[in-house]
Amino acid sequence: METLLEQAFNGLSVGSILLLVAIGLTFTFGQMNVINMAHGELIMIGAYTPYVLQHDFGLAAGLSILLGLFIAFIVAGGVGVAMERGLLSRMVDRPLDTLLVTFGVSLILQQAARDIFGAPNVDVVAPSWLKGSVTLLGVIMPYTRLFIMALVAVIVGGLSVFMARHAEGRRMRAVTQNRDLAAVSGLSPRRVDATTFFLGSGLAGVAGVAVSLIGSIGSQVGSGYIIDAFLVVIVGGLGRMKGTIIAAFALGMLNAYAEFWKNASIGKAIVFMAVIVFLQFRPNGLVSFRTRGLTS
Amino acid sequence: MTTTKNEYPDVSSLVDEKPPGEGVVAEADVTRDGYHPSLSDRLKTGWGRRIILAIAVGVLIAGPDLIGDPTRTRQWAEYLCYATVAVGLDLAWGYGGMLALGQGVFFGLGAYSMGMYLSLEQVEPGQLPQFMSLYGDNDKLPLLWRPFEHLWFAGVAAVVVPALVAGLVGWLVFHRRIRGAYFALLTQATALVFWLLLIGQLKLTAGTNGLTNFSEVFGHNKYDPSTPEFLYYLAAGALLVALVVARHTVNSRYGKLLVATRDGEDRVQFLGYDPAKAKTIAFALAAGMAGLAGALSAPIIGIVAPDQFAVLPSILMIGWVAVGGRATIYGPMIGALLVGVLKTRVSESHPENWQYFQGLLFIVVVGFFPGGLAGIWRKLSGAVSARLPARGGSADEPSRAPQTLATSEVAS
Repeated sequence: METLLEQAFNGLSVGSILLLVAIGLTFTFGQMNVINMAHGELIMIGAYTPYVLQHDFGLAAGLSILLGLFIAFIVAGGVGVAMERGLLSRMVDRPLDTLLVTFGVSLILQQAARDIFGAPNVDVVAPSWLKGSVTLLGVIMPYTRLFIMALVAVIVGGLSVFMARHAEGRRMRAVTQNRDLAAVSGLSPRRVDATTFFLGSGLAGVAGVAVSLIGSIGSQVGSGYIIDAFLVVIVGGLGRMKGTIIAAFALGMLNAYAEFWKNASIGKAIVFMAVIVFLQFRPNGLVSFRTRGLTS
Repeated sequence: MTTTKNEYPDVSSLVDEKPPGEGVVAEADVTRDGYHPSLSDRLKTGWGRRIILAIAVGVLIAGPDLIGDPTRTRQWAEYLCYATVAVGLDLAWGYGGMLALGQGVFFGLGAYSMGMYLSLEQVEPGQLPQFMSLYGDNDKLPLLWRPFEHLWFAGVAAVVVPALVAGLVGWLVFHRRIRGAYFALLTQATALVFWLLLIGQLKLTAGTNGLTNFSEVFGHNKYDPSTPEFLYYLAAGALLVALVVARHTVNSRYGKLLVATRDGEDRVQFLGYDPAKAKTIAFALAAGMAGLAGALSAPIIGIVAPDQFAVLPSILMIGWVAVGGRATIYGPMIGALLVGVLKTRVSESHPENWQYFQGLLFIVVVGFFPGGLAGIWRKLSGAVSARLPARGGSADEPSRAPQTLATSEVAS
């Protein structure tokens, strides 16, 4: 029983990280049909942010994490917008090619990280208030994991409010739902694209700060999470936050239990097969736009 | 190297042996090169073609002698394997529009099939490969390994198993109309799963170390200077087979259906065809070619290890096709050979720059020259042939044809 609960906590924890990584992807994919393969490297940028703050600016651990969340959001978002303006906006009608171009960007960013920070992994010092754990129902819950869950909850809540109430959020929704109609109504989809990319990339940066708390970081830190996050986006459905949330926790749980039942590699294979089987029943993911159009 | 340059017309002319009757040419023009007869078309007909054929066959056969050094010959054999993968991958991506990011899986399945045979070739019959006694307590050969004592089985499995796996995955995905980026990401996930499984099943696959120490290769000693040459010809033969199959496929009725599916899946379905079937076949064919190349890469590279077939190398395979020119028969081959040579050269002198170079390659080629080298060649030869006397071209041919990607200018 305790091990079952333990795995449930594990699943929630993995799910919340997956959600944090995937949610930025969902925005850009849903609105622009762009799969940003460099998303993992934006996570990497976020992960190095608290490291730089601690290492080069000598900030205290706690401050570097909290300040890091904002700086990572801005920096990763900026890199994302630069990529969108410089490359992706030139190839709007070739979504699959944008995937490959962003892959090229990811290769360059990875090598750049190796050149700047060196090949060995580095560690971010966790602040003292994140050290230790609380035991509940016999399950050990490290503070870092709980912090990440809380962070995810705040971000998801904030995003929902932003999308529902804020004018820019409404514009994003409009463009996601029907690009042409939004343009006809006087929105500039390309300007909204930039906002979306900034937001999506910035969230990757925030995810990076979170990730830096639970392991050492190197140039590959993002690519370790990114494929699982892609699966979440696929299962969740085209750019819907609700679907992504459910999918992230479902896959996180499945992953935790499958790994516990067999081992890490078989566990991943089980998750993958489950995704394929799931798509047999809901090829468009959990939550999808209903349209009368033949092609989506 | 000069060989790269010459291998282009080389095999092109080699494969297309039947004299070009009127209809054949017109059809081929529509499928491959767009509409107006360009310099490249002129070179493919009549005497120009035969001369190029002769030179090209000569270059391919004389390859090892031209290269001279056995080490370089072995490297070229490796590039030829990559070229075979690229030719297959182009069927899926270039002609079928399926961005397969997990081609390393099929390459790896082929490589492991042959790797198992080679591991068993090194030991006396009834004995176990060394790693098995190291990692496990097997006293006899695991069931999975047993058929691979036979070369014929390893060879057949190397092609058939990848094709079947691709067929199964492809069918499950395509018949639910999962496509585009979704398909790409799923194939990428297969590469991750495959890699993890290879590492996880230590007792069967030797884990991260992989299968290696093939000192005896199909009865040839690895250190014999003539062995690389032997392997080179094997790889060249495989590439020729792949090219013949690819060319035949593309020019067949099925090939047209495949291209039509890429450009308008729903329309194809309304016309009564099954796009899922068309796509599955192309995907399986591509996987079979990757498997064949993988099988030959095992003795050529001399090691079969999971990292060769991980996520990153799988995506990089797309780069070969992109550089050469998608939706052309020979472009991907050129691309793979060229990138292979560049990789060796750059990593010999500046290994740390290779990844920057690769990243730039993806950005520049895919972003700004989606037609690849073939697209540039087409444009150049079009410019040249515009100055040559007209020869009854079919400029009005209603063919936006397979080159929608390659011919469309990049909006900038």
